[in-house]
Amino acid sequence: MNWIEIFRSGISTGTVLLIAAIGEILTERSGIQNLGVEGMMLVGAMAGFKIAYQTGNVWLGLLAAIAAGGLLSLAHAVVTIHFQADQTVSGLSLTFLGTGLALVLGEGLTGQVAPIIPRASVPLLSQIPYLGQVVFSDHNLLVYFGYLLVPITWYYINKTRPGLHLRAVGENPAAADTLGVNIYRTRYLYTFVGGCFAGLAGAAISVAIAPGWYSNLTVNGQGWIAVALVIFAHWNPWRAALGGYLFGVLRRFTLDLQGPRMLFGLANPFFFNTNLVFFLQMTPYLLTIIALVWGSSAARKKRIGSPAALGTAYQRGERGR
Amino acid sequence: MKIPYPIFLKRTEDTPRWLPTVTSVGAVLLAFVISGIILAATGANPFQVYAYFYRASFGSWGAFSDVMVKAIPLILIGLGCALAFRMRLWNIGAEGQFFVGAFLASAVVMVPLVNLDTTPRWAIIALMMLLGMIGGALYGFIPGFLKARLHINEVIITLMLNYVAVLWNNYWIFGKWSEAGFQMTKTFPRNAWLPRLADYAAEIPAFSGLTLHAGIIFGLIAAVIIYLIVYRSKWGYKITLIGDNPRAARYAGIDIARNTILVFMVSGALAGLAGMTEVSGTVHRLQERISTSYGFSGVIVAWLAKLNPFAVIIVSILFGALLVASREIQPSGISFLIQGITLFLVISSDVLLRYEIKWVRPAQETAQ
Repeated sequence: MNWIEIFRSGISTGTVLLIAAIGEILTERSGIQNLGVEGMMLVGAMAGFKIAYQTGNVWLGLLAAIAAGGLLSLAHAVVTIHFQADQTVSGLSLTFLGTGLALVLGEGLTGQVAPIIPRASVPLLSQIPYLGQVVFSDHNLLVYFGYLLVPITWYYINKTRPGLHLRAVGENPAAADTLGVNIYRTRYLYTFVGGCFAGLAGAAISVAIAPGWYSNLTVNGQGWIAVALVIFAHWNPWRAALGGYLFGVLRRFTLDLQGPRMLFGLANPFFFNTNLVFFLQMTPYLLTIIALVWGSSAARKKRIGSPAALGTAYQRGERGR
Repeated sequence: MKIPYPIFLKRTEDTPRWLPTVTSVGAVLLAFVISGIILAATGANPFQVYAYFYRASFGSWGAFSDVMVKAIPLILIGLGCALAFRMRLWNIGAEGQFFVGAFLASAVVMVPLVNLDTTPRWAIIALMMLLGMIGGALYGFIPGFLKARLHINEVIITLMLNYVAVLWNNYWIFGKWSEAGFQMTKTFPRNAWLPRLADYAAEIPAFSGLTLHAGIIFGLIAAVIIYLIVYRSKWGYKITLIGDNPRAARYAGIDIARNTILVFMVSGALAGLAGMTEVSGTVHRLQERISTSYGFSGVIVAWLAKLNPFAVIIVSILFGALLVASREIQPSGISFLIQGITLFLVISSDVLLRYEIKWVRPAQETAQ
């Protein structure tokens, strides 16, 4: 088994989860929970691939994916912020809507080839033994974007004035309102931003990490894993990055387990009985459950909670529930 | 930049009784209009598509019988969701509970748990029903327990369990139970089939070829039972109270954790029974694609029916028609699209039930 390759590709696939999770962290910090990440990612993956295929320009594809994810998230924003609908149900319908839109508009894209995001190595840093090979060499550019995104969002949320407003809106909207923060505008903005990130994450699959359009198998539950990751990460970008990369590595590890005849000196059961592979395929989903159980009990011990106003609609002049 | 929000919502207590029905029907109609526009934008002719929809679902008794067959699992799952949603428990895991129910019901035939030649048909079917419900209930127990004891978001747990259940079934149908390497089990013996209308074609010729099976009776009975639980029992009152006002429920001494687990298990049992009817009544074997995402459509059915058990039946038939009609139609996502738009419009229209809408000009607002 080639460990360098496992970690390398883990970081690459983990970038998808990272981008989606950071978008959702921003949305949830404003008090809006958007469970439609899966749908927005699918639409992003479809739009990114379709535009890249039609124009031959992958950057236009990325822009289209970001715009598509953002536009779709606005449906959630209007329904939950203005109409005060239940955020869980709205998020679910967003997933349906996104899946339907992606399948209808992505008709005929399967099997096509589109340009993909270029790869690059970081000079000097890629020369570091092991670490350089894993982290800094021959990754697509979105992976490096992911590296930058984590500290920037952390700094933005915790150290800047708009970040403070964002947290205030998510923790105590009534208090933020009295201080002159526009709750509606803030929530619209971050729901939209979260949607843009989800769209980008979808395109990261379809035009970079696993190029191509495979209808709803393109995203295949990663949007939901990203939502779970947010809870596991306690709404902290650093932990989201850690979780995302960990998931990526484990995903690649379970794939590679099927290759060798011998495993740790024993006959490899996954090589000789291919049906056992279904249990390997369960691991990301089981791990998500374990991560949630672990993450939420750790959060309770440290008294870290979700943003206090998460999932509740705000209506000026009405007492909070 | 100031985003204008001139809509002012005033909470209202007296909602006219006819309004929920009107908004639901309106949402469905509007969803068809919007989907039509999207279809037209992709170059299809929406009128032809919808005309095809109608013919494929209500055009003949045979087609209508197929619609009812599709409606059976939707009714059972929709009822389970309606019960759970009443308590604000988001059971999105009906799909997984459906598969586990189908798996355990199939185990009766595939293991086999009883001697299939000597055991009477009713006993085999009863055992399959029992195991299907137990399977779904146990699979519903997991998210219920995690929610009740650890306060873990049930939406994500149930979704992850859906994937796990599908893979678990794949392990059996690709491996041990596979028939000659195909991704399905052997066809069940007749003893394990739910009776169908076509079985009585000798006595009533009009029934020949009709696939509607006894599962519809389970659906109707389940609707009555859920109705009695929700509207006529003390337990149903507790469930509604927990959903509407958990704090008041806690002060009233209601054990929320216990009810969370129980409701999840009942909801799962109904989905498991749906899985049993599908393998025993419709496909007569366990195979990979026994569900065309019934679990998710059940969510929409429950919501569109405003959690009313009898409305669930009507909405399920409508959605069954949508599923039947979209089987062969391209693009394949069109039924998802219509479902998604419908659900969006329904939850948006809910605002009309809770609030009176007043339009306020910004100037007026500042003058106040």
